Amino acid sequence: MSTVKLTVNGKAVAVDVEDRTLLVQLLRDHLNLTGTHVGCDTSQCGACVVHVDGKAVKSCTMLAGQADGASITTIEGIAKGDELHPMQAAFRDNHGLQCGYCTPGMIMSAIDIVHRYGGQLDEATVRHELEGNICRCTGYHNIVKAVLDAAGRMKVSQAAE
Amino acid sequence: MYQTVYHRASSVDEAVALFSKSSEAKFLAGGQTLLPVMKQRLASPTDVIDLGKIKELQGVELSGDVLTIKAGTTYFDIMQNADVKKATPAIAYLTSVLGDPAVRYRGTIGGSIANNDPAADFPAALLALGATVKTNKRSITADDFFQGLFTTALEDGELITAVSFPVPAKAGYEKMRHPASRFALTGVFVAQTKSGEVRVAATGASQSGVMRVPAIETALKANWSPSAIDSVSISASNLLADIHGTAEYRANLIKVMAQRAVAAAR
Repeated sequence: MSTVKLTVNGKAVAVDVEDRTLLVQLLRDHLNLTGTHVGCDTSQCGACVVHVDGKAVKSCTMLAGQADGASITTIEGIAKGDELHPMQAAFRDNHGLQCGYCTPGMIMSAIDIVHRYGGQLDEATVRHELEGNICRCTGYHNIVKAVLDAAGRMKVSQAAE
Repeated sequence: MYQTVYHRASSVDEAVALFSKSSEAKFLAGGQTLLPVMKQRLASPTDVIDLGKIKELQGVELSGDVLTIKAGTTYFDIMQNADVKKATPAIAYLTSVLGDPAVRYRGTIGGSIANNDPAADFPAALLALGATVKTNKRSITADDFFQGLFTTALEDGELITAVSFPVPAKAGYEKMRHPASRFALTGVFVAQTKSGEVRVAATGASQSGVMRVPAIETALKANWSPSAIDSVSISASNLLADIHGTAEYRANLIKVMAQRAVAAAR
């Protein structure tokens, strides 16, 4: 057992876990943040993507111990109170989800993509960048539309801040 | 995953000392291969020694005609690095088609070559560019380093610290990506050294892991152009065959990927 200290959605936490604990298990089983999903458990589907120090990574492919000292943002940490994050709002408006299982990972990856590319996003780039997130319902079309829509909204909200 | 003990090393010396004190330790770099393998219970190290916070394993240096990438540098950082883009854009490109963005944030060049997956991308770059692998003990040429499927010249507890690439005159990489895993169904790295030597390496194709392709090297040495490869014949013997492609298909892919790599080379 080890004590892992990290910041999750802005809150400092210390959790006693077995050394073999994965970051996603710490989030879901110890902190009850079950918005982060485990889809494949083989590092391919991206349902478990969270931000670790601002980078979108697969929380099923990282030990909790590796995240000691890090700042984590999960799907629960992106809305401002009742106001959805622009990426969440764009997914809703563009019907970017059906069953919703992949959506938390999609949204966390998509926010990272927009941060990296800013206004320079096009459809081909979004599709290439979303290769690590698998959706079995939508055929991706509306997800890509949502990401492009959100890229515009995030630029506007950044400019407003 | 079986029980294990997690250690975080702050230096190469500390990592090596921790390794020698453990009964069956594994070094953990980005963990993009080791952790999935541990989750499947195909590996059960008693101890994992995290290299992720070792500063001396991070970074890229371009000095004259040698590009050195420290072993713990992530694919993402390699892809973004200005010296890599300037000295050997083919390496930056290779990194951009490796795995997916989340994997590229975590995976490292040292982890890739230490594992030596027969379909990994970086072994082809090292072999074609005539790179040298630096460890905590010695320097090993790429020709000597890769010894077959998941097998390298590394001794137990020996740690890769960096890879040095001679800057080529021209180099290119192309692969047929497996649509689910993004691994190379076959990938070919072509390089022309500044002294005019041509080296070509294929990954994902051979039952013995990454390999040189002498027939294509000879053809490109005589004439550096995609069409020079038209008449080359690649034998399917000893090539991988699985549900994704037959040995004959991979033999053809070696030619086609080499042609595309030459066309893309700069």
